[in-house]
Amino acid sequence: MPKAEEYRNSSITLKEVIITGNEEVSPGVHLISWKREQNFIPGQVVKITIDQSVAPRIYSVCSGNSEAEIRVLFNVKEDGILTPRLSGVIPGMKIWASNPYGSFKDYGNPAWWIATGTGIAPFYSMFRSGISENKTLIHGARYLNQFYFEDELEWALGDKYIRCCSQEQSCNVFPGRVTDYLNEQKSLPTDINYYLCGKALMVVEVRDLLISKGVPYENILAEIYF
Amino acid sequence: MEALFGKTLDELTQVAIELGLPKFTGKQLAEWLYQKDIRLIDEMTNLSKKNRDLLSQHYKFGLVEPTRVQESIDGTKKYLFPTLQNKFIETAMIPDDDRKTVCVSSQVGCKMGCLFCMTAKQGFQGQLSAGEIVNQIRSISERNEVTNIVYMGMGEPFDNLEQVLKSLEILTSEWGFAMSPRRITVSTIGIIPGMLTFLNNSEAHLAVSLHTPFDDERKRLMPVQVAYPIAEVVKEIKSWDFGRQRRVSFEYIVFKGLNDSPKHVTELARLLNGIKCRINLIRFHPIPGTPLEGTDEQTLQLFKDKLNDKGILTTVRASRGQDIYAACGLLSTKELLGKGNSVQFG
Repeated sequence: MPKAEEYRNSSITLKEVIITGNEEVSPGVHLISWKREQNFIPGQVVKITIDQSVAPRIYSVCSGNSEAEIRVLFNVKEDGILTPRLSGVIPGMKIWASNPYGSFKDYGNPAWWIATGTGIAPFYSMFRSGISENKTLIHGARYLNQFYFEDELEWALGDKYIRCCSQEQSCNVFPGRVTDYLNEQKSLPTDINYYLCGKALMVVEVRDLLISKGVPYENILAEIYF
Repeated sequence: MEALFGKTLDELTQVAIELGLPKFTGKQLAEWLYQKDIRLIDEMTNLSKKNRDLLSQHYKFGLVEPTRVQESIDGTKKYLFPTLQNKFIETAMIPDDDRKTVCVSSQVGCKMGCLFCMTAKQGFQGQLSAGEIVNQIRSISERNEVTNIVYMGMGEPFDNLEQVLKSLEILTSEWGFAMSPRRITVSTIGIIPGMLTFLNNSEAHLAVSLHTPFDDERKRLMPVQVAYPIAEVVKEIKSWDFGRQRRVSFEYIVFKGLNDSPKHVTELARLLNGIKCRINLIRFHPIPGTPLEGTDEQTLQLFKDKLNDKGILTTVRASRGQDIYAACGLLSTKELLGKGNSVQFG
């Protein structure tokens, strides 16, 4: 009989990879990388862990599908088991990672991408993979320094890149949460797709809000941090 | 102060050893905690007064009383329990002839975000300990009459796997509640690694929330489909030997015009082909702001008949406790989350 640790789906089997980079992109938020050895679809996730005694966690890939490296963006949870150790990895160290898997993918239609915090990762992966035409990206964060990759995204997406900050203010940044921004819109397009990524409560509240504004639930696809 | 209630026999034995008590005190503690109807360490009368005092200096018994009980016109009761993190959970007790089934919560809130579920609307506030899970059975007034337990309350059990497995150990061990695992069902939306670990480490029944066999539809209803597609879940189940007595069932809320068509019957039959299982059809209990509607009674019965014709044992689960929001998918303690505890998401 199969055992969980022998979970046979080969795409989710963990293997050793060698870290090539670890950048603290914002206080307590790290972007780690390792060499890409397989193709993937932007929006897919990987499981990673520091060693096999620590339960792996799932993270969205945060790099383009033709780049040489796979990158992953994560918050360090001070009381966590995995992320404090993961934040300390240096190039040359080994961690365990799965191949990318999952089916949170953009189908190419006009869409709004809505994320909070590190939920930007799958959309940044799509953007870096050349998917950005007809997309509007709405990113929510508590503080201004949590708009990861903002220079690049602002340059490329212009007014299709909307930042919502709940705790600090700045020009060109909407003052409030993502839900506040959506609530202020007189109407929302109902014939496009909406992709959501973030914590469960954000996803549920945004989804309810979109539905209340006439967006069919069939047009909403969500990725939740499990 | 740490609770004794919720510890396994091994842990209780360790407690005894660390306090300098005889090793067999662990077994005595387990009997008092899980097999006798007491609520205080001082009532453990086969321990000396000195040892009871020593235990009380370091530990509390650990039972928590419900703070509210509501009763439905159909006899179902909904209990509200405070948790260690100053949050609240709900537990349903469903009487049915000579059975009394307790539906326990495994988390405060839920991360899974299912479109049809009230618990999802409060987000995730925390994990329950094994003691808090078992307390939901031990601290209700029907505690001595419970015949069945289902892990179908608030939360996804396999997202709190360690504590859920520990609670199952306490419920089914000879030193614990000594319940048959055949009277316990754990329900999941299909977190595959957790499900396999559960199948390996417990003999309790498994229930899987299916709700539609089609990938695109399920993604819209249940975000977990993106990470763990139902086809993969079923593939794993097919490869598992459930033996003669262990059951797997699939939960299926029937939505009008969404998942109640002949093509769903055909695809369900294809998907579940080769699994000895049951499908439980569940009437949808509408929640505020939902775009979904329950199917009508005639379509529900027809859907059931068609599945039975395909050789899949299919039943319609009776809705219970709807008037007190205790029915499937309606449990929530969102209104009790204090403003100071509200969740920030950016």
